[in-house]
Amino acid sequence: MIPFRLLVLACLIYVGFLFLVAFLVERRARRRGIAWLRSPLVYTLSLSIYCTAWTFYGAVGYAARSGLEFVTIYLGPTLAFVGWWWMLRKLVRIGKRERITSIADLISSRYGKSNLVGVIVTLLAVVSATPYIALQLQSVTLSFGAFAAGPPQSWALLRPGATALWVAVGLTIFTVLFGTRNLDANEQHQGVVTAIAVEAVVKLLALLAVGIFVVWFVADGPSDILARIDASRMARWQVTPSRWIGLTFLAGAAVFVLPRMFQVIVVESFHERQLATASWAFPLYLFAMSLFVVPIAVVGLEVLPKGANPDLFVLTVPQAMHQGALAMFAFLGGFSSATSMVIVAAIALSTMVSNHIVMPLWLKIAPRRATLAGDVRRIVLISRRLSIAAVLALGYTYFRLTGGGEALAAIGLISFAGAAQVLPAMIGGLFWRGATRTGAAAGLLIGFTVWLYTLFLPSFGGDSLLSPGILAHGPWGIAWLRPHALFGVTELDPLIHAIFWSLTLNTLAFCALSLATFPTPVERLQGAQFVNAFDRAPGTQSWPRGLAGAEDLLVMSQRILGGEAAQAFFAREAATQGMEGFLPDTTPGFIDRLERLLSGSVGAAAAHAMIRQIAGGTAVSVEDLMAVANETAQIMEHSSQLETKSEELARTARQLREANAKLTQLSLQKDAFLGQISHELRTPMTSIRAFSEILMEGQLPPQEALRYAGIIHDETIRLTRLLDDLLDLSVLENGQVKLTRSEVSLRALIDRALSAASPAGLAVERDEGAEAVSLNTDADRLAQVFINLISNAGKYCDAAAPRLRIAVRERAGRVEVDFIDNGSGIPKEAQALIFEKFARLGDQSHAGGAGLGLAICREIMANLGGTVAYLPGQGGGAFRVSFPRQLTRLAGQVA
Amino acid sequence: MPQGRPLFLARQSYRLRRLMDAARLLPVLGLFLFLVPVLWGPPSSHSTVTDGIYLFFVWLVLIVCAFLLSRALGPATETPEEDEEK
Repeated sequence: MIPFRLLVLACLIYVGFLFLVAFLVERRARRRGIAWLRSPLVYTLSLSIYCTAWTFYGAVGYAARSGLEFVTIYLGPTLAFVGWWWMLRKLVRIGKRERITSIADLISSRYGKSNLVGVIVTLLAVVSATPYIALQLQSVTLSFGAFAAGPPQSWALLRPGATALWVAVGLTIFTVLFGTRNLDANEQHQGVVTAIAVEAVVKLLALLAVGIFVVWFVADGPSDILARIDASRMARWQVTPSRWIGLTFLAGAAVFVLPRMFQVIVVESFHERQLATASWAFPLYLFAMSLFVVPIAVVGLEVLPKGANPDLFVLTVPQAMHQGALAMFAFLGGFSSATSMVIVAAIALSTMVSNHIVMPLWLKIAPRRATLAGDVRRIVLISRRLSIAAVLALGYTYFRLTGGGEALAAIGLISFAGAAQVLPAMIGGLFWRGATRTGAAAGLLIGFTVWLYTLFLPSFGGDSLLSPGILAHGPWGIAWLRPHALFGVTELDPLIHAIFWSLTLNTLAFCALSLATFPTPVERLQGAQFVNAFDRAPGTQSWPRGLAGAEDLLVMSQRILGGEAAQAFFAREAATQGMEGFLPDTTPGFIDRLERLLSGSVGAAAAHAMIRQIAGGTAVSVEDLMAVANETAQIMEHSSQLETKSEELARTARQLREANAKLTQLSLQKDAFLGQISHELRTPMTSIRAFSEILMEGQLPPQEALRYAGIIHDETIRLTRLLDDLLDLSVLENGQVKLTRSEVSLRALIDRALSAASPAGLAVERDEGAEAVSLNTDADRLAQVFINLISNAGKYCDAAAPRLRIAVRERAGRVEVDFIDNGSGIPKEAQALIFEKFARLGDQSHAGGAGLGLAICREIMANLGGTVAYLPGQGGGAFRVSFPRQLTRLAGQVA
Repeated sequence: MPQGRPLFLARQSYRLRRLMDAARLLPVLGLFLFLVPVLWGPPSSHSTVTDGIYLFFVWLVLIVCAFLLSRALGPATETPEEDEEK
């Protein structure tokens, strides 16, 4: 038998060892960071706080009482982790992005950083954790008691209550020392996590050691153990479907909603890859913890006297076999399970209490600018320490009130059921954007109340809080309000009954009120942020620019984060803005990052409130959002207007450039024409002068004189024609031409034009059938156009066998006549110019005219209500003349 | 934001999507297998030993499947962030 002093000494040494581990890790992590701390292995081991003393001691007791039903408590979490892709991954992603510090912070942050919801969740968590902490105290007390069952004299001074008290005090000190030594911006406790990982290994090894001892040393290997199970009273067991389903569900939900699980899964995580590993490694841990439960229970039932507490088999079986060392190891394993749970739970709960209850109260009580005056850090730390003590005191009170008589598993399940009330608000918040604060608060309150009434208060038993009369007959004798048979449901056992009604009513209220109410803008922003966690880049609401003074913010941050950390953050922010010193511009982005950083220390709601105090702005109001939206709309409108304008400008500029190019070209043409016209005038003038001088000498034979006079005559005709053309053009251009309308057939017109132009060597193709169109127009003028085009073809067609095709088409009262030759056509760049006056292409010395022909054609056609245009892409030079069959234009000028 | 996503995927990303589907389906399968005991009826019709072997076997299979999936899906998780405070 182990003496009591040795037992206490072992505990103290063990705690001291953990202390040392935590201390060293914390110090090294502070200096340079430790890579393996972020390894998935440490993460998975830290998750093992799910396996508390309830698992370590209680599972065997549970199995001895209800057979395999105990595995539901581990199957639920297995499913939750195997299904990490659904829920846990989203939780971790959101938790990292929003710097969530606790489950109350998550819920409050989701529902518009509402502190009301945060307070409800905190209260719920504290109350529901109380039985659980009591459970740990009870198990440690029981395990001490198991050793006391030996020689009584040395234990005389020891009463169960005193043991529990000492354990509670010791744990408070340990937790305060480690959980609240400093305020981390991420609320992470690397030292504590490492200590817990060590404890996880200890408890797993201890349970495995007892299991292996039982299977291979007490029994004769696995087959013998299976035979013993078959032979024991555990060979048959009853599956109660409602309990089986209800407990699996409850245990699965517990992974998400227990504050301490949330702490290790979300808050203490570093990256998602840890979770990926934990998705199989944690179920494996649970598997290993459960594997030997039934064998230990069976052997315990065999070797221990009837009436022995099955919750202590893990301890008492080795004792009964006189394995003192193994019993000691098992004792330390149980001690580890209990302490690790209490430490993490106390840290998580104290964070919630201080962030959601103490800080908001303090902010409200303290004068408006108190955020600048007092030492916030000190207040946060003190409130956390007091919270830890209070949480443990509550647990101890529950332990004393219930008398420590119940089975461990039953107590644990009460706690699970209470924590599970957060589930609807959490799942709704993560997957449904329509979930509102009112709905969440109502659901939580109703679930909490029903749980208190149907499960928590009756758990005190007897007549302490609920009288036996109420339990049996309902309050005021109303039978359908009996705590264990609400609304006449009597078939379910009390636990499942409570879960059923509390979660049903909770979910109903949550959904109904969410549907009926309208969320605030911050809620809607946060809702979108949470539900679309995987689609969005970080960044939610922005603070109105320029409202917060950087200096005030620095002063406040120093009080929360500590001088060095705050200054480093501010300096870094200033540097990214390209400034020196510690005071960056208070841009919305900066304020946003600062708020996230602060929310890591004091929670989202408090951080929001503090910055609001300094920033002087209110939370984002609908008006703000509208203003922002309006501004954006205006900017967008302006920019689109600018875009249109710049397009218009570009278009105009292009047109101007084109016009300019044309003008320049025209001016060049005009110059060239002046040269040409003077040349054209000069050439006949020169010959006229020369020949007339010869004639004046008068000594010529009459034939010669006659010939010279003929030349002079021809030259004057040429001059006259040139001048006629110019005159004609100016008349046409001014629209002063007189048109003579007459009935004429197109064929006759083309015949006339061909005979007048008489192109030498030009083959003409005609379609006489199509030409049978009778026109009512100015035949002379139209013939002039045709003649011009035909003679141009004769003059300029450079093909070896020049050919001209005349195609006629009539369409909707308009006639189109195409003149297409087989020459090389007109180059593209010249096509725009040929209809201009004085236009000549290249050096066309053989062209007789002055470059006025096509210009005249164009003017004539315009006067006839038609057009003449160059027709590209016909395999040669091609012109299309198009005009109305009936001339109607400008009746006043038509004679 | 469906308009931003392509309608069809290359073979590799298609495989990854189906692996994600498998990760989502695995807990459903597990739930189904774990709920089978509800149908087992009165204690006389089944024994603790066979039931225990069934449950622990299913448990182990789930763990192995989760292990394979988590290895395949590891690259799809968010890359570790550098701690801003250090």
